[in-house]
Amino acid sequence: MTLRVEIEDLAKHFGEIRAVDGVTFSVSKGEVLGFLGPNGAGKSTTMKMITGFLAPTRGTVRVCGYDVLTDPISVKANLGYLPEGAPAYADMTPDSFLKFIADIRGLSGADKKRAVASAAERARILNVMYQPIETLSKGYKRRVGLAQAILHNPPVLIMDEPTDGLDPNQKHEVRTLINEMAEDKAIIISTHILEEVNALCTRNVVIASGKVVFDGTPAELEQKSRYHNAVVLSVNEVDNTKLLQYVAELDFVAETELLMAGNGIRVFPKDSAYITIALSEKIREQGWEIASLYAESGRLDEVFRSITLPRTAGVK
Amino acid sequence: MNMLNIWFIMKREFGGYFATPVAYVFIIIFLLLAGFSTFYVGNFFARGEADLYPFFSLHPWLYILLIPAISMRLWAEERKSGSIELLMTLPVSVFEAVLGKFFAAWAFTGLALILNFPLWITVNYLGNPDNGVIFTGFIGSFLMAGGFLAIGSCVSASTKNQVIAFVLSLIVSLIFVLAGYGIVLDFFSSWAPQPLVDAISSFSFLTHFDAISKGVIDLRDILYFAALITIWLFANALIVNARKAD
Repeated sequence: MTLRVEIEDLAKHFGEIRAVDGVTFSVSKGEVLGFLGPNGAGKSTTMKMITGFLAPTRGTVRVCGYDVLTDPISVKANLGYLPEGAPAYADMTPDSFLKFIADIRGLSGADKKRAVASAAERARILNVMYQPIETLSKGYKRRVGLAQAILHNPPVLIMDEPTDGLDPNQKHEVRTLINEMAEDKAIIISTHILEEVNALCTRNVVIASGKVVFDGTPAELEQKSRYHNAVVLSVNEVDNTKLLQYVAELDFVAETELLMAGNGIRVFPKDSAYITIALSEKIREQGWEIASLYAESGRLDEVFRSITLPRTAGVK
Repeated sequence: MNMLNIWFIMKREFGGYFATPVAYVFIIIFLLLAGFSTFYVGNFFARGEADLYPFFSLHPWLYILLIPAISMRLWAEERKSGSIELLMTLPVSVFEAVLGKFFAAWAFTGLALILNFPLWITVNYLGNPDNGVIFTGFIGSFLMAGGFLAIGSCVSASTKNQVIAFVLSLIVSLIFVLAGYGIVLDFFSSWAPQPLVDAISSFSFLTHFDAISKGVIDLRDILYFAALITIWLFANALIVNARKAD
């Protein structure tokens, strides 16, 4: 594990507003860090400080060992950055745009040619290389931005909502691309699309109102859900209310609820314990025939709400 | 300061002028206005002298109108489209970016200026002008254009709106030209002490351009334009740094 990005007590105040308020985390090679949080939580502001676009009010950022305040050029040289909305020079073609980026990145001759060709191929924009960027669709514009960010094969890649506004196929392509690159880079992506947590990330940092409220793996995030290990159960030829009454009496059950449209019941275990097998044994003891039985892994949207909405001291 | 970065940014920006019809429209309008003012306003023929003084003497007025049209997009467009976030997170310094953009605009103006060469051919065909004077006239005009561009670039960095950038640059440029104009100086000399009048006059583009356009190269005039460009571009960089993320 080599640390590639180290952020310590980072803060940005705009007048009275504390957009980012003491954020600390780090990212190592091989990690894809999903940076989550509601709109306005400070995700973009944090990314802008990491990339040296915004000066922090306090705190430090180090990228590959370089401090963004004392050596911004070295930080920027080691970064690939896709800003929110993937801005580019609209009147250029992807070809001339990527060549310009390659020039600035210090690539020339055969290296430059190879870098442009490889970035264009990975971002899948080879078929639009000679059309002005302003005439491209949103999905292609985003991919041009991606090509720009990965062109110099940077050790650290930072992407602000890389899949925002893309259709499901395009989202899938972008995620595939990120997964392909994950192994030898440290990647930070911001998103509020929760399905990306499992599809992409090896770790999540959740921020709300400028503060980190969660830092852990996607599995740990799911475990915070009250639906984690909850069991959905339905039984043939037994009334759901009767089933509910019986299950509610079991000693490992904390709570039960009736599902809509007579589809069975949901059983919440005590302490989020794993109860699927125990529950099925109890049902069979009654001589009932199980129609379906499965454990839920946890609902991210519910966790997301519960940890980002109440900014109370108890939530950590 | 990485010279290569300045060169790459300049190249991109210069190409940007030609990506749209803007460059061609500008050059044609510039040539038409320069030609028109030389022959009709400047009385090129009636003067009966083989020089390009009528051509150069009207350049300050042409530039007031046309240079802001070149400089207005330099930073305002970057800020509006958000591409400034891309540019400023590439491994380039603010000064490299400011200089690259400025040199691109300056080179473009230089190109438009050189395309006035038919006038030079005309005057050589009609008489025997002092080509040395004409050459310094071009140099002086080019230097003055740099001054206008530095003002315009700085103003452009302070807004996201190109129209505002255009109007503000035009007004600031006007002030810098008018400061040396007879009527304005007369107005001041009626009540202000002479040193103040001289100071106001010495800030004017007209005062410094007039001598060069007549073929007199004074180091002080060249230093004036060099200092003016430096100061405005320095302010430009400070403004970009302070307001890039707004």
